[in-house]
Amino acid sequence: MSADSHLLQADGISKYYGNVVALKDISVHVNAGEVTCILGDNGAGKSSFIKILSGVHQPDEGRLRVEGEEVHFTSPRDARAKGIATVYQDLAMVPLMSIWRNFFLGAEPRKGWGPLSWFDAATARRVCRTELHEMGIDIRDPDQPVGTLSGGERQSVAIARAVYFGARVLILDEPTSALGVKQAGVVLKYILQARDRGVAVIFITHNPHHAYPVGDRFLLLNRGRSIGCFDKADITLAELTRQMAGGAELEALEHELRAGP
Amino acid sequence: MAETAAPTSPDERLVRVSPLSRILSRPDIGAFLGAVAIWLLFGYFARSVDWLTSPDITAAWTDQAAQYGIVAVAVALLMIGGEFDLSAGAMVGSSGLLLGYLTTFKDLNVWPAMALVILFGLAVGFMNGFVVIKTKLPSFIITLATFFVLQGVNAALTLNLTGTTAIQEIDKASGFDAARRFLASEVTEYQFKVKVLWWIGLTIVGAWLLAKTRFGNWIYAAGGDPVAARNVGVPVARTKILLFMMTSGTAALMGIITALELRSIQAKEGIGNEFLFIICAVVGGCLLTGGYGSVIGTFFGAAMLGMVQLGIIYANWDSNWTYTFQGAILFAAVLLNAVIRSRAERAR
Repeated sequence: MSADSHLLQADGISKYYGNVVALKDISVHVNAGEVTCILGDNGAGKSSFIKILSGVHQPDEGRLRVEGEEVHFTSPRDARAKGIATVYQDLAMVPLMSIWRNFFLGAEPRKGWGPLSWFDAATARRVCRTELHEMGIDIRDPDQPVGTLSGGERQSVAIARAVYFGARVLILDEPTSALGVKQAGVVLKYILQARDRGVAVIFITHNPHHAYPVGDRFLLLNRGRSIGCFDKADITLAELTRQMAGGAELEALEHELRAGP
Repeated sequence: MAETAAPTSPDERLVRVSPLSRILSRPDIGAFLGAVAIWLLFGYFARSVDWLTSPDITAAWTDQAAQYGIVAVAVALLMIGGEFDLSAGAMVGSSGLLLGYLTTFKDLNVWPAMALVILFGLAVGFMNGFVVIKTKLPSFIITLATFFVLQGVNAALTLNLTGTTAIQEIDKASGFDAARRFLASEVTEYQFKVKVLWWIGLTIVGAWLLAKTRFGNWIYAAGGDPVAARNVGVPVARTKILLFMMTSGTAALMGIITALELRSIQAKEGIGNEFLFIICAVVGGCLLTGGYGSVIGTFFGAAMLGMVQLGIIYANWDSNWTYTFQGAILFAAVLLNAVIRSRAERAR
């Protein structure tokens, strides 16, 4: 596949904070209708990496390309203008505000002219309910404050919001990490639903059991460096788990534990 | 309503919520009920002067309430946006004094002088907001500093200019009568103040802004969770700076109204009112932590404070009790609002 055809591609990205190497020479790509998973333990550099992809930070080395064209994001707004939407771990939702107000936060539909335009609340309510329904998300009442939703429901609303606002690339920052088994399953279902709508998904997680069933490609990070990028055909869940946990290191640890009394 | 167009059939998990319990989960209901209670309370204790029905008395307490309510609208929006402004009281004095200075010492016509005073208010608000955003220090501290700076400037410059503690004879300026009619006169035979109309008008604008505009959505978000808001593209810094400018701007308007009404202005005018503005907002359902509150509630909060101030006099109580009364209202309101908010937050 030629490099030009990838929807989003990162080449040799490095990031330094003072003398700390946060990321060194990371490359990855994602295409429409695919899920690329970025796996790594805490402190592996996952968060730094997605902050670069979503325009919050700028890389010190390396290039970002959207559809083959080099881009320089100076803010999350730039990234969003290119269709790259990020659903953060903390969801970017305001708990005391209603679901429909949150759904349209930062992109409120308006009626009227110029300074006299107002927030079209009726449309916002209707669209919010329809969109959530279409993603298969069953919300009781769009007037409910977001703070009353469960973690899985909030993730789902955030994903539906990003898809509705025309995200071509959806970056999900640990969407399943704080959830129970069943709730995590629900969120994984919505990831596939977004993928089937032709969205390119970048799914950040530290759980290979969540990544493997939905991912097409897996990038493994450790201490800011890539320890390999695999297509699904080239790796098994067991191998992914082993690599992810530090491979040889863990085997040694296991050995030690077994040798115990 | 759009509800009829919704694609889902009624959800079995949705119980029909009675209109009463829906009303009881509004943030402004506590202030409304409180205002009615206080009105009735003085209706009893001040019955000898016909508190409930006398137009003169209603004109008197609404005048007092407007004194707090005009600035409290902006203070409430600022608090919902997650910030405080302790300098709003002193700003009233500074603005009135500036108007006095421009008209009596610089012989400026009142209208251009008023424009300059409003610009001054907006500039002070911008500075408050800019410093809060840049330093990331609590606005409580920053505006406390502004408050003290202004208080000193007000007293020192007034004494320096006039040799006294007030600027007098503002009514000699050209354009004074028209400006006074517009901002600080009495309407009709009952001595209702034009100020009260400004208070009601600003409340309507503020409530509309909060509930029905994009800016309103941003105010809630900036106060509720600024990091989340910024992540989805809300210009949080701009929103907060604008709120500070609106607060100082309305304080400047209040200063102008006061100077026009009294035809003179004291150096200590407005000092202490910053807390009354905040009390109005808190009684009106605004959370100290931001992200939640009501402009309509703040309106009733101001009405309450106005009624207490006048009611104590008409009931022939010792007016030293006013502060105690106001403190008790604040305390009761905070408790009541906590209950109402927990109702609102619960899945309905």
